[in-house]
Amino acid sequence: MKKEQDYFRDLAEIRSMMERSSKFMSLSGWAGILAGIYALIGAYFAYGLLDSYGLEEGSYIAQTNRLEDYFPLIALFMLILVLALGTAIYLSHQKASKRGENAWNATSRRLLAHMAIPLVAGGLLILILLSKGLVFLVAPLSLIFYGIALYNASKFTFEVLKYLGLIQITLGLAGACFPGYGLLFWAVGFGAFHIVYGTYMHYKYER
Amino acid sequence: MKISIDGLHKAFESRIRLGIMSALVVNDTLDFNSLKDYLDVTDGNLASHLKALEKGEFIEVEKSFIGRKPNTSYAASKRGRKAFNDHLNALEKLIKNVAK
Repeated sequence: MKKEQDYFRDLAEIRSMMERSSKFMSLSGWAGILAGIYALIGAYFAYGLLDSYGLEEGSYIAQTNRLEDYFPLIALFMLILVLALGTAIYLSHQKASKRGENAWNATSRRLLAHMAIPLVAGGLLILILLSKGLVFLVAPLSLIFYGIALYNASKFTFEVLKYLGLIQITLGLAGACFPGYGLLFWAVGFGAFHIVYGTYMHYKYER
Repeated sequence: MKISIDGLHKAFESRIRLGIMSALVVNDTLDFNSLKDYLDVTDGNLASHLKALEKGEFIEVEKSFIGRKPNTSYAASKRGRKAFNDHLNALEKLIKNVAK
């Protein structure tokens, strides 16, 4: 026959198991901060590149619609993406192993799958739009699709990710209203808000 | 102090079995290795607890192959969910009595 304190421990165990097996809690705040910094540096270089596409303020269509002409821009974004993802994976792995867990588990796989669908769909749409010369939509759409991916993913990790997702979607929609300023909104969303979010996560959960 | 033990399931007395059920009620299915990761137990230990839960029809077992590797996935059965729920309710009642 069990004692009362055993039942308390049973309940604590149930609670922790339900959370651990349904949510991925090894995301690091530092990953957010660093992703924001990469994005800000990337935005600086992208600004120079965009100038060369002959986009005038307030215009919708670039002078070129050959996809090859956008390779430097695409390469820059891929580099930021790889750096940000690599940092997140590395730091998650460290955080998980510190707690004796494996970062690659059923919850992280589910988290990635739920992020990947909106991100791949958005990425393909952006490539299609670039091939039509609609450069001004790239920054707002990447914010919107990334926001949807975050909102989707928030069910499988820290719930505050939901608000970061909603902010990105709002910034994306706002950016679409002001052609020519897309990159500015992009820098605020991917850069500044990642840093704010990462700092918040770090102080709330990692100290 | 009198404590009612109605609804407390003998099958869930082991903390490992309780852990397995907790993980399975919040996931559609989990494979053997995922369960092992969460519970931090040996293969043999986990297998024997899973066998016991399967025998009691608390969980459903599906064997398949991923490529050539056998892969076994587990899910909570309807009966298992109900039993787990009853067990939780009984625990809650017990603790309320203690708090009084």
